This record gives sequence, C-alpha cells and structure tokens, in this order.
Amino acid sequence: MISLEVKNLGKWFGRRKVFDAINFSLKEKSSLVVTGKNGSGKTTLLKILCGLIRPTKGEVVISFYGKNLTRDESKNLLGLVMPDLELYGELTALENLVFLSRIRGLDPGKDELKEKIARVGLGKREDDLVFSFSSGMKQRLKYAFALLNSPKILVLDEPTANLDEEGISLVDQMVSLQKQRGILILATNEKADLNYGDQTIQLGS
Amino acid sequence: MAIRPSSWAAKSAWLLAKDLKSEFRTRYALNAILMFALTTLVVVSFSFGTSSLSSRLTSSLFWLVIFFSSMSGLAQVFVKEEESRTVSILKLVATPSTVFLGKLLFNLVLLLLLEIVIVPLFIILMNLSILNLWLFSSVLLLGSLGLVCATTIIAAIISKARTKGALFAVLSFPILLPLLITAIDGTKLSLEGQAFSAGWSDLRLLISYVVVMFTASILLFDFVWSE
Repeated sequence: MISLEVKNLGKWFGRRKVFDAINFSLKEKSSLVVTGKNGSGKTTLLKILCGLIRPTKGEVVISFYGKNLTRDESKNLLGLVMPDLELYGELTALENLVFLSRIRGLDPGKDELKEKIARVGLGKREDDLVFSFSSGMKQRLKYAFALLNSPKILVLDEPTANLDEEGISLVDQMVSLQKQRGILILATNEKADLNYGDQTIQLGS
Repeated sequence: MAIRPSSWAAKSAWLLAKDLKSEFRTRYALNAILMFALTTLVVVSFSFGTSSLSSRLTSSLFWLVIFFSSMSGLAQVFVKEEESRTVSILKLVATPSTVFLGKLLFNLVLLLLLEIVIVPLFIILMNLSILNLWLFSSVLLLGSLGLVCATTIIAAIISKARTKGALFAVLSFPILLPLLITAIDGTKLSLEGQAFSAGWSDLRLLISYVVVMFTASILLFDFVWSE
C-alpha cells in the first residue's frame, strides 16, 4: 500500500513566496488535481513531490507498506510527465527508454520496450531520433517513459498538452488504470482534465 | 519487469555510455576541445620555433595547452543537460552519486582522448625528448585525474549560473593552481631525466589532491545537484 502525505509545505525563490502551508494526504486509489493561474506554483509543487527540488519548509512523506521512503527510494515508485521533463533528442526513442530503464536498475528486454513504445502509438518510429519528433510525439514518448516502472504514483503536469484526440484517449486509459493501482496527481487548467481527480487543490487563491 | 540489482558503478557506466553516444553524434564538446588544442599548439610552436627552451618553460607550456583546451570542453558536461532541459529526467532516474561518477568518467575519457592527440603533437612540434617516460606518464595521469575531479564539480556548480564562462574561470583558478604547479614541476623533472624517486614528492601531492578533490566533490555534489 502506498501513501503520500504533504505537511506544511512552503517554497520561496529568494524573497518571492510561491506557496505556503500546503497540507494534504493521499492513499492508494485516490487522485488529486492541482489548479491555479500561471505562476501559482503548480509545476514547482509537482517537482517537490517528485524530489526534483527541495521545499523551503515542510516535508513530503511517501510510505510504502508502512515504511517511510527516502527521496531516492521514492523516485523508483514515481512516474512523471511534464513539459520541463525533456527526453534526449540525440538518442532514438528506443535508446532513450533503454538508458532510462537501465540507469533506474530496471531490466526490460528490447521487445518489451518496443511494445511500450507501440502502446503510445509510436510503433514505427522507435529507431528515429527524438529530435525529429513533433511535440505531440515527444509527449507520447514521455508517457511510455513514465509507465516504464509501473509507477505507484503517477504525476502529470498539463497531461493533454500537445496531444491529438487519439493521444487524449490514451491519457484517459492511463489515468483510469492508475486510479485503480496507485495514486494519481495532476496539475492542469483544462476544464476537461478536472474530472480526472477526486480531490482538488487551488494554488494562488 | 525484472529489477536488476545494478551497482552504483554499473549505473554510472550506463550514463557514461549514453554521454559518449550523444557526444559522438553531436560533437558538442569534442570539436571545441580539439580545435582549441590544435590552435594553441600551433601558436606555441610558431612562437618558439626551434629555439631551445628550459624544461620548466616547456612543461609550463605543456600544461597550459592541456588546461585551456580542457576548460573549453569539460565545463560543458552539465551545461548541456541544462540547455537541453534533460536535467529533470536525469534527477528523476539517477542518484546524485551515479550522476557524478558518470559525468566524471565522461570528462576523463574526453581528456584522455584530447591527450592522445595533444601529447604526441606537442612532443613533435616542440622537438622534445622525454628522458623519464614513467615519471612523465605518472604525472600526466594523476594531473589529468585531478583536473577532471575539480572541473566536474565546478561544472556542476556553474551550470545553473547565467555567466557560466566567467564563473568557471573564477572558480577554477584557485582550485586548480596547486594541481598545475605540482604537475608542471613533476613534468619538468621527467623532461630533465631525473630519477622516479626525485618526482615522488610531486606524485604524492598529486595523489593527495585527487583523493581530497574526489571525496569533497562526492560529498558536495548532492547539494549542488538537488537545488
């Protein structure tokens, strides 16, 4: 069982306060939508939850079967898709997934990775350099990466950005699956995406 | 999916392999380093021609060429990740120690490739005869290790700054000065054909520098990388 608890979280960049006193907790099979105007700190909050940046105050506690995880341990249970998270353009789609899984200590076969690439609709482009991909294709490949480790916590920032209708329906399927097997957190301002969560936090209000 | 109990070193080797593949496809640092090295070598050889230089001056020129050439490329190791916005994905999938070791190994490979080109060219153009090859090789290897340890952590520090070039020079100079002075002295002794034992004090200093710089860098890197 996975759980995530955010206690009195605050972030300042220099003297500028981004947010303060954020508290919430999530258990398995629950989901949270973070909304707020541009600059309200949605992406910053997600980055703190994923351990990519440190909070100025407060803490994020991720527990797995009752054991509190360290920052590095919790990263192994996370899947993340966000505009700031770029893949390596000078590598092919398959090379990206091979590298990103190996450095995480995962050992998937190439066929398994090809199947994951095909599942996000990039089946015939696995050996193409990511440089040559459109922004929608890059977004699809980010989903293949995020699902590499069958994450217990899936974090999505602007989940449907750059995607066509087929891509959006893929996201729908992934979100439904994630809500059954773990925790889903997403940041968005799209009205259609608000339905993905069963809790909502508004930043900058 | 199977989870392989990969070691710290194995994961760093994957990062090294990825960086080498990227480098040979984009030539982001390699071209800059080689062009700088060749330009500096040609300038030095044209300036001094066939005139006989003292061993101290020759060894100073030798390390100046290596230092300035490597500065143009080794600093890019983290800047490239920042500029292509792949830092976040690397932070997500790898521990700080894995990243540091992988980047350090990449810089070491880059510097050794540079030296494979520079050292024979310098010897030919300056008409050098190295009278104690063992001492020369030991000083070169330890000096390169020290250079790589120091520049990798400095590269991580400056990668988030706006004035990267200026900051790199400002931070590098005091940190690398003891290393360069010792390496120049050791190289001078090797050119003069002094016994290995005569250069032992320089070698001990270089070993100490490498150990201290590597340990300090590993300890510091988590803080530099995480914010």
